[in-house]
Amino acid sequence: MDSVLFYFFSALAIASAVLMVTRRNIVHSAVFLITALLATAGIFLQLQAEFLFVVQIILYVGGIMVLFVFVIMLVNLDLSLHLMQFNRMKFVSTILAAVLAGQLFTAFWITRNSLNLGPRGEAMAQPHNTESIAQALFQNYMLPFEIASILLLVAMIGAVVMAKRKV
Amino acid sequence: MPVAIDHYLFLSLALFSIGVVGVLTRRNVIVMLMSIELILNAVNINLVAFSRYWGTVDGQIFAIFIITDAAAEAAVGLGIILAFFRNRETVLADEMDMMRW
Amino acid sequence: MNFIPASLRDYVLPVLYGIVIVALLPLLAGYIVLLERKVMADMQARLGPMRVGPHGLLQPIADALKLLIKEDIIPQKADRFLFWCAPVLSVTMALLAYAAIPFGPVFQIADLNVGLLFILAISSLGIYGIVLGGWASNSHYSLLGALRSAAQLVSYETAAGLAVVSGLMLAGSLSMKDIVQAQSDQGVWFAFVVPVGFFIYLVASIAETNRAPFDLPEAESELVAGYMTEYSGFRWALYFLGEYANMVVVASIATTLFLGGWLRPFARYQDHLFGTSIELLDLLPTLLFLGAGVYCFWLAPRQPVQIQKIVMALVGGLCVALALGMTGALFAPDTVRTGIHGAFWFLAKVFVYIYAFLWIRFTFPRYRFDQLMRLGWRFLIPLALVNVIVVGATIVLQQNWDWRHPMLTAIVTTAIMLCVAAFLARDRAPEVEPLEVGEGD
Repeated sequence: MDSVLFYFFSALAIASAVLMVTRRNIVHSAVFLITALLATAGIFLQLQAEFLFVVQIILYVGGIMVLFVFVIMLVNLDLSLHLMQFNRMKFVSTILAAVLAGQLFTAFWITRNSLNLGPRGEAMAQPHNTESIAQALFQNYMLPFEIASILLLVAMIGAVVMAKRKV
Repeated sequence: MPVAIDHYLFLSLALFSIGVVGVLTRRNVIVMLMSIELILNAVNINLVAFSRYWGTVDGQIFAIFIITDAAAEAAVGLGIILAFFRNRETVLADEMDMMRW
Repeated sequence: MNFIPASLRDYVLPVLYGIVIVALLPLLAGYIVLLERKVMADMQARLGPMRVGPHGLLQPIADALKLLIKEDIIPQKADRFLFWCAPVLSVTMALLAYAAIPFGPVFQIADLNVGLLFILAISSLGIYGIVLGGWASNSHYSLLGALRSAAQLVSYETAAGLAVVSGLMLAGSLSMKDIVQAQSDQGVWFAFVVPVGFFIYLVASIAETNRAPFDLPEAESELVAGYMTEYSGFRWALYFLGEYANMVVVASIATTLFLGGWLRPFARYQDHLFGTSIELLDLLPTLLFLGAGVYCFWLAPRQPVQIQKIVMALVGGLCVALALGMTGALFAPDTVRTGIHGAFWFLAKVFVYIYAFLWIRFTFPRYRFDQLMRLGWRFLIPLALVNVIVVGATIVLQQNWDWRHPMLTAIVTTAIMLCVAAFLARDRAPEVEPLEVGEGD
């Protein structure tokens, strides 16, 4: 059942990602990114990271993508549907990206059997995932947590200032 | 039998390379930003997979911070795009060339 | 169960519950619409739907049939894929939230460890049904209505989430079953311990479901019908179904978190009936249904038309049958008894919450959009934030002083929160300069 879920979600994620990058209509691209993010959330759930599953949906899909969709609706020009959507460097870029992917693929393929994780690594599901995350977050990672909240405050102020009509 | 970890690495690699292709080849700046989000998600999958296979929760915390970062960056990036669009009526990267000679 | 392979046996019961919910929910939503029209009529001193079926009981079925056979109009330049997709998204998200809702100690599809957050996440996905629907219609009114509605939903979802956190801190777990168990252990419903949190959640949930007085994006006299303008026939029915299913979801969250879920009122009062093992208060459902049945039988001869007399008598008979069923369940094995009575109390509380929604709808005038946003951002969110801090501080201080009494939490937090609320709701100087008319004319 585990592998069935994994293959289903990964097929959905890859298909949505490919569709997202190739659509002419930006709103369709956004919708396919939403499905890719939901598939990623499914992968998190399949990895038994339940808190990250809900956080991904609430923040990424329910927050960031809503922001994207709003901005797309505000800047969407009908004209752009008829212009070129890929830039002049598309062949070189694709070849470069393929080279990068090929390198990483070779690296992963050669070492695929050497990741021998001990009994602790064999699918040890945290019994209380949310509690463990909360404890680690507020004990070991308190400083990054505070820095992240300041980062969010700065980003909020920055976004409001950037998007105002008259400063 | 649980899924071996290299499956997650290959999935993460596939999403990462699709995101890279999206950033490098599309003209529309918003689609570039969306491809960057895809890249960040690929990294998240990698982190969470390793977190589960080591049995610790550190990878998931790192993933939470990445999601937070992505939110901040998307907000500011979209604000910049809106401001630029108001001035120049375009969202295509080719046409944002005012600082070229 | 022997013909099902062992690996799939765990999935049979949840799938069965899922099928029951998906099959029954459209019917339930239709009858909530009928209930709303009847309650609206009652509050406006008239009768409501009376023609279709006796006392209008077949009205939802007639409405559904009408919507199914209506012409399916798609605007010419509409984005066909998104136009099809948006109502489906709306309904799917509303139905998906039922996967984590406990209708009783037994009827739950999945007891997720993060059940409460899951339902909040699915509610936040419902925004896309509205935004994409407004966009796909390729019409100014739809787009404006959709953007307004989405902005409203996002703002009040934050306030709702924070209000939920204050109840969550008392429960100590995100699993819906554990939350009700915590209310049972502490012996008090959380609405009485954090009444301000309950109030914030009530207001935020009304805004979340686009109900009056927060229904500017879809009200009939504003912006035509907002994002639903271009939808006709069955697509519109799907949107409507999604909205009412969402109402039941939100009522279920409030019931589980604040109103004690499937617990009987005064769950600890365990006086038994004359030496039997039946608790006195467990006879309440029986008495309620018997009372309803007797009222129907008393009304039956007073109906003007023959068929209405028959229907009243039938409804009375149904109430009596339900009363007998409730009493019979008291003698059944434990799971059946707690299951049926738990489901009854849960549905009763959900019904009361929805009745409050309907009551509020027909009492208050509509908020203007800027007033709505100001209420959300400048009153509810700061109030909810301070509520979280105050409730958390009270819980920690109680633990340190080792004096855990729910009434103390209630009194202290309510006192502080009322002061904060009074401060936030103070009269500010008007933000618009009054126009000076014709001085130099």
